[in-house]
Parts: sequence; structure tokens; C-alpha cells
Amino acid sequence: MVATVTPLRTLDAPLADERVVALYKHMVLARALDERLVHLQKEGKLASHLSAIGEEATIFGGIAALREQDWVFHYGREAGGALFRGMPLASYLSHVFGSSGDGGKGRQMPGTFASRAARFASASAPIGTQITHAVGFAWAAKLKKDDVVALSCFGEGATSSGDFHTGLNFAGVFKAPVVFLCRNNGWAISVPAERQTAASSFWLKGIAYGVPGVAVDGNDLFAVHKAVAAAVQRAARGEGATLIEATTSRKTDPVARVKEHLEARHLWSEKDDAEHASRVRAELDVALALAQSEPLPPRESMFDDVYRSVPWHLHEEREELQKCPK
Amino acid sequence: MPEMNMVGAINDALRHEMRKDPRVLVMGEDVGKVGGVFRVTQGLFEEFGEDRVIDTPLSEGGIIGTAIGMALYGLVPVPEIQFADFIYPAFDQIVSELAKMRYRSGGEYASKIVIRSPVGGGIRGGHYHSQSPEALFIHTAGLKVVCPSNPYDAKGLLLASIRDPDPVLFFEPKRVYRAAKGDVPEGDYTVELGKAAVTRPGKHVTVIAWGAMLYEALAAADEAAKQGVECEVLDLRTLWPVDIDAIVASVKKTGRVVVVHEAPKTCGFGAELVALINEKAFVHLEAPPIRVAGFDTPFPYSLEMEYLPLAHRILPAVLDTARF
Ligand SMILES: Cc1ncc(C[n+]2csc(CCOP(=O)(O)OP(=O)(O)O)c2C)c(N)n1
Repeated sequence: MVATVTPLRTLDAPLADERVVALYKHMVLARALDERLVHLQKEGKLASHLSAIGEEATIFGGIAALREQDWVFHYGREAGGALFRGMPLASYLSHVFGSSGDGGKGRQMPGTFASRAARFASASAPIGTQITHAVGFAWAAKLKKDDVVALSCFGEGATSSGDFHTGLNFAGVFKAPVVFLCRNNGWAISVPAERQTAASSFWLKGIAYGVPGVAVDGNDLFAVHKAVAAAVQRAARGEGATLIEATTSRKTDPVARVKEHLEARHLWSEKDDAEHASRVRAELDVALALAQSEPLPPRESMFDDVYRSVPWHLHEEREELQKCPK
Repeated sequence: MPEMNMVGAINDALRHEMRKDPRVLVMGEDVGKVGGVFRVTQGLFEEFGEDRVIDTPLSEGGIIGTAIGMALYGLVPVPEIQFADFIYPAFDQIVSELAKMRYRSGGEYASKIVIRSPVGGGIRGGHYHSQSPEALFIHTAGLKVVCPSNPYDAKGLLLASIRDPDPVLFFEPKRVYRAAKGDVPEGDYTVELGKAAVTRPGKHVTVIAWGAMLYEALAAADEAAKQGVECEVLDLRTLWPVDIDAIVASVKKTGRVVVVHEAPKTCGFGAELVALINEKAFVHLEAPPIRVAGFDTPFPYSLEMEYLPLAHRILPAVLDTARF
């Protein structure tokens, strides 16, 4: 099953053929999953969904450049990358439907998941906050002399947040082993990139903070992978952070591009593609049906995890809730 | 009089005041061409242009900080924070700067802005699209805080807020943005700040609410009436400065109080209201004033309808208070 591909343990730039095949399979899964969830949202069966359609090359190129020990500080569109890194599909879908199988106990809106299995930190909705977390996490690894790099993922809108500037500044000053991956899709909801910056591009914002900036074609899996892999190596060598701007566009389909590459090299065929597509369909049919039939978390669970143990006032509130008719 | 929902009434107030007063402008994330994520500013960009309906970079601190500067120059910005949950990057500007401008300059400077922001849960938004942070701003000296429950009040209170000399946080209960409908006069009128409304008169228990929870309080009052308990439901409308006279007058009549709010109970505005009632109307009380509020947890996604202080949680509190 595609969702159980084990990530390789070593840096492998340029990408080995079988790695590209594995990535492609996951990109197809991510696309199909997004399409299904977008559809469920339109039908009103899902409150919201943060789709990655058209941005798969940036997401997978970045994730594939990480080593097993590295971590991801994401914002909501990177679910496909988490599946690739070992988050079980069932857990992700339980999260999406906020059901009892969700590791986050149904407390967050779809997309803002956490997965220790995939080394994905806990995401939140406020834009930009994960950027400083990634810096601190990587900095801590450096202080403890661990060979760990943090990848911080965000959209270009986030470059207007205070945390972006603070994060880059701290990363520069403390040479934190962090990679900033800015997905520039040109829009923050309805606001165009020109309203986020008067500068000609986002990558050059690193320069003022002493953080080198790199621009790549965000529709090209290999270009993104190469840039992030170089930044990971640089960070691991103790040379500090890199800011990568991956610009995505709707002109080409990043998933189809990988398929063409594989077919041209006779690593993949139409037949493989059809077989894979039907496997993915079957897998999603089963997993979606399961997740949607799962019960919601029990109402008493609302009071858990506010603190490590439940204080008196939450005990009282839990009792109050239990007395309420359902 | 045209019937409108809250979205339309707020839009109408903005349009009206922008036509009348050239200093008034709207700014925020997505407020321009698309007219805001809830479409509250729809059509304003087309009518007033990009200098008065401004899509900003994604920075709440930037939005409020520059709005304060604009106000110092004499404009009257009405910035929108897309969800109140995203107001915190601007918290420093609101608490340290906006709230204190008049006081720290001995009255020489004031920075008059109205921050509009949708609040409240019940829309499947999880932690960060559901919170009700009014108490944080009521606690901050120098800010006025308003939360309308219906279209008529929304327009009248927004016009009053824009014309008020002090900074106002104007919280819009998004759960009833489209559900609450009513007649809204065309043209000019205001609803005075600092005045509560008696939405339902009654003699047994005072129920204090605002925003979307007003409707839950009214639903609970209907049920209570079937059991012989007549609630007087107060819609505060302006949260701060609160209409203390209206509260005391009602408590004198009923001697019993239930305060309802979505925000967590602990240090929520209900705590202040109960303290005020104890200070100012203690001798009239027949039962301890109580709060029915959001639980003291972050706002949950799947369990939001269990979290919110809906009518089924208000009713037993009302009956207990009545029979105390
Ligand atoms: C602090 C904050 N303000 C506003 C929002 C509302 N919001 C959600 S997504 C979004 C646009 C984000 O754009 P970008 O960072 O470019 O990422 P993209 O959605 O394009 O991937 C906004 C304004 C938010 N989540 N957090």
C-alpha cells in the first residue's frame, strides 16, 4: 500500500529512481485525497479543507530532502508529506473528520494536525507562528549537539507576519539549522503577492537577516528537492539557515510532470498508472468510509490535556457537562 | 424599511458613513475586491476605491499599528481583523498603544479607530475561528467594547462607534451573521453606546447575554416560561462601559441573575458582572448570581456544541436560580 512506504535514511540528492517512483505514488495519493476531501467539503460533509492541489512538487520536494531524524513545522497543506513520512492514512482521516481515532482528539480544524510518527510538529491556524518554533527547535538540537534539521513550511502570505521576520533574524544570529520553505502560490486567499511585499521576490528577504535565499520552480519536484537538500546539508554542517522561495503556478501540473519524467525513463507506464490509480481509489474508499463512520470523541474528553492532570475546576465543569442531556 | 441580515446591516453602516465622512476608511485582509471572507465589506471597494478600502499585507500588528498612525493624522480607520482569534499579533498595539494614547499624552492625542472582528463559535471552526476574547479588552482601560445581536443594533451601534471619540472593539457574532434578520432603517440613525436593551421583560430571573448567545437565552426563557418562570432577558449590546443602571434595575425587580457567555467562565466578563451585581445590588438578591459560560478549555472543534452554553445548559441554571 502506498501509505506505508518507508522513508530512506540518508540524503539522496539527486533522487534515486526508486525514490522518485515512491514520491510519485505518494503525490498521486495526495492529489486523489485532496480531490475527495474538496468534494466532501462541497457536499457539506466536511467543514473545511486545506488543499495542496498544484503545490505537490514543492511539498514533496521539500519533505523528500529531509533525513529521517529531521522535523517538519507545517501549516496545513503538507498532509501528503506527512503520509509519506509515515503518518498512517487512517490517523490523518480521523483528524480530518475530528473523530475519536484522531490523535488530536478532534480538537483542531482539518489540516492542523500533528504527527510524531512523521516528525511533524503540531500546527495551528494563526499564520506564521510555526516559523519561530522551527527555529527554536533546530537551535535546541544544535545546543544539544544533535544532527537534526527543522523544515519550516509556510505560504508567501506568512512572510508579512512578525514571526517570519523574528524567526529569520534569530536563525541568522544563532545559526540555527533550519530550512525555511516558502511556498509562493501568488495568493493569500484573495490578496496577491504584490500586496505582501514591494520587493521583487521573497527569497531575498533572507539577505537582510544574514540568511541566504534561493529561488526555485515550485512546480518542479527535482528543483525543490535539490534546493532543500542543499539547505539541509548546509544546516547540518553548522552553516545555518536558508530561505527557499518555491514559486508554484497553474501553468503545469506538478504531478503530471513527474509522471512524464518517469515514463520517458521507462520507469513507469500507463498500465502502472492505471493500476496505481485504482489501488489509491480503493484505499481511499475504505479509509474514508471508516473515518466517516467513526464516532466523535466522548464529550468528557473535552477536559483532558488542558493541563497534564485535571484541576478541580475542570472536574466540576466535567460533572456539569455529564449532567446535561446529550 | 428593508429587511437585512447582520452582514447587510454592517455593510450598510460602513457605506453610509464612508459616503458621509471622507476620513473613514476600511482596511484589512481580503476586505477589498472580494469584500471580506464573510462579505461584510462587499461592494465598498467598487464604490470607494483602493485608497479607502485597503487590502493589507497579512499582518494584524501592521494593520492596527498603521491604523493608529492614520488616526493620529486625522483619518478614521475601521480595520477588520478577519477572525478575533487572529487579533493577538495586534494585541501589543491595542493594549500598549491604542488603549493608552489619550491617557499617556494627558489628553493631547487620541487615536480613534474601530476594530471590527467576527467572534464566537458554532461554525465548525475549531480553536482559531471560534473564540470570544471580549474580556481581554474590557480588562484593558481605555477601550470600548461592543457586541450587537441583531441587524438594527449592528448598524446603529457601528455608526455610534465610528462617531464615538474613543477606540472601539466591535465584535460581530458570526454564528448569526446571516441567521439574525430584521428591519433596518435606511439612512442615518445610531444606537447609543452604553445602553442595554430589555429583549424580553419578566419578573422572576434576569438573564444577561449578548451576541449569538442572546438567542440561546431567549430560547431558554421560552422553555422556562412553560414551567412558570418568567425571565427578563437583557441584551447588553455595549459590553464596556456596561449599562449598570439597566442591570441593577432588572436585578431589583427579579433578585435572581444568570449571566451567559461563550468565552471561558474563568475571568470571563460574567465574573465582572457578578461582582458588580454583588457590589451594587446585594441587598436585592434572593439567590447567588450564576454564570453559564464556555468551559475553561480551548475552544474544541468536534465538541463545539457541547462546549457552548446553549439553551439546554441555560435552562437548568435558570430553574435552579428561580427555585433557590
Ligand atoms: C494571523 C492570521 N491572520 C489571518 C488568518 C486567516 N488566513 C488563513 S489562510 C490566509 C492566507 C494565507 O496565505 P499564504 O500564507 O500565502 O498561504 P496559502 O494559503 O496561500 O498556502 C489567511 C489570511 C490566519 N490564519 N492567521
